[in-house]
Amino acid sequence: MAGLTIRNVIKSYGDVEVMHGVDLDIDDGEFVVFVGPSGCGKSTLLRMIAGLEEISGGEISIGDRVVNEVAPSKRGVAMVFQTYALYPHMTVYNNMAFGLKQAKTPKDEIDRRVQQAAKVLDIVDYLDRTPRALSGGQRQRVAIGRAIVREPEVFLFDEPLSNLDAALRGQTRLEIARLHERLGSTMIYVTHDQVEAMTLADKIVVLRLGHVEQVGKPMDLYSKPDNLFVAQFIGSPAMNIFNSTVSGKSVSIGGEKGVGELQEAPQNGVVVGIRPEHLTTCKKSEAVISGKLELIEQLGDHIIAHLIRDDKSEFIVKTEHFAEFSRGDLMHFTIDADRVHYFDEKSEKRIS
Amino acid sequence: MAIVSQKSKFGSIARPTMAWVVGLIFFFPIFWLAFTSFKTDADAVKPEFLFFFTPTLDNYLNMAENYDYWRFAANSVITTTFATAFTLFVGVPAAYAMAFNPSRHTKDILMWMLSTKMLPAAAVLYPMTFLTKNFLGVFDTHFLIIIVLSLINLPIVIWMLFTYFKEIPKEIIEAGKMDGVNTWGEIKDILLPLAWGGLASTALLCFIFAWNEAYWTVRLTTTEAATLSKLIEGNRAPEGLFFGRLSAVSMAAVGPIVVLGWFCQKQLVQGLTFGAVK
Repeated sequence: MAGLTIRNVIKSYGDVEVMHGVDLDIDDGEFVVFVGPSGCGKSTLLRMIAGLEEISGGEISIGDRVVNEVAPSKRGVAMVFQTYALYPHMTVYNNMAFGLKQAKTPKDEIDRRVQQAAKVLDIVDYLDRTPRALSGGQRQRVAIGRAIVREPEVFLFDEPLSNLDAALRGQTRLEIARLHERLGSTMIYVTHDQVEAMTLADKIVVLRLGHVEQVGKPMDLYSKPDNLFVAQFIGSPAMNIFNSTVSGKSVSIGGEKGVGELQEAPQNGVVVGIRPEHLTTCKKSEAVISGKLELIEQLGDHIIAHLIRDDKSEFIVKTEHFAEFSRGDLMHFTIDADRVHYFDEKSEKRIS
Repeated sequence: MAIVSQKSKFGSIARPTMAWVVGLIFFFPIFWLAFTSFKTDADAVKPEFLFFFTPTLDNYLNMAENYDYWRFAANSVITTTFATAFTLFVGVPAAYAMAFNPSRHTKDILMWMLSTKMLPAAAVLYPMTFLTKNFLGVFDTHFLIIIVLSLINLPIVIWMLFTYFKEIPKEIIEAGKMDGVNTWGEIKDILLPLAWGGLASTALLCFIFAWNEAYWTVRLTTTEAATLSKLIEGNRAPEGLFFGRLSAVSMAAVGPIVVLGWFCQKQLVQGLTFGAVK
């Protein structure tokens, strides 16, 4: 069992720097999710922790040990790949046993660990088959099994669910959460899917263009995003962003009433962020924002409404129902002032 | 269903016919050779006996005393086998390195290797002969022929292996790294089992090319390391009238490789079209 420390880690390919000095502390037993759009460096960071990519600068320690120069297999980490990366020419049993054989583990010990992992993952019946004969979900279990048998201090998952279909994805997500519960090991999980990040993580690390944008508990990121990028990345559907007019401390986005007040008068322009699920219908006189209903997406338990304002800008509302409205109707919305997010127009940083 | 099965009648007859015509054109010299090898030397040059003649096995039965066939055959087997082994021994690690740890220059190196095939062999005939004979003293040795055959085939072998290795997902090799295999283990336990088909067809092609090579084996040998190519070539002019005998020995020279190719046809075709299908 071990935590992880990442200090000022840089990655460059030739002259191009792609990770710009990342700092991160991961506690022992924590489930950490790296999330961000493609090209943000989340996989690169994971692969540097795994030892599959060289570290161009800075330091990565697992436990108390600096592992910059340590071979992948000696770092006490195990990795689950997006494409499973099972050895196609070996049986499931040998796939799982391969790493232990390399480490010269006694035969009965290998057998014990493989059988135990197979039982946990419910793949005992497939041990003699080759990966070819398995479904995607089963392959993913084998890949996880291959990681478990090595009893690593840190598990690394590189988008492990993205090759599975939707139903299986939800189920496997749950299994990974249970696995974390049972093993209590440190886990680092890379995904571009913010739902996976929100549901699995003890701590989310949002990355963009080789920078850490914000680190925090899922709900903290949701309710107090540090900047405009995190605000729009976390939450589904994404947060609505409005330009505002500020007079003194009070901020308005074009409705009858202002959305709220800032603690002090801002120096730059202010961008207002409102989550679609926080807007509620109201009378015209109370509206902070109004728009014509353009499209309704029915999702069963809730609906997503797309609205257009007079200036042609669009926004989204997520609610349980508003059956009384139909396409083309002018609708008015208000919001709880505590739930409004303000960002500096220039720096895109949160104004608290 | 009707749509699917609707093939043009012309296509279903014309295409196989074309294939047969092309096949027969290619096969004709061998067919002629096979026929001639069963004729007496006298019959061989007479046009009226092209198809109708009294077959004889004498040419084959007397081959050993006429031509010392077995010595040349042994040389062919030795040089071809060792050259193929050596080519793979060098080619597998080279292709592995380029496929899984490419650098900025990998493409250039591959192109450079291929470019060596563009050099006209005749251009270096004089330096090759002079240097190996007078300077290195390796002229007409197995060693020289093995090295020359290896170097001739190395570019194409590395290219082929590189293509096969490229098909193997990088993650599988990386999974191996995570599992703690060393480089040799990666090649032995992961790469070779996965690329076995490609490796086999590469080796086969390499073997065929080496066996058939004539330009250098003829020019860089006299007796000691002379291969079957040299045997045929060497007997062409002085014994020009002995077509029957020469055909028999030629058949014996190309025979092994034709049979080998025949049996490995599927493997070869699969190997050569591997990249194209994907």
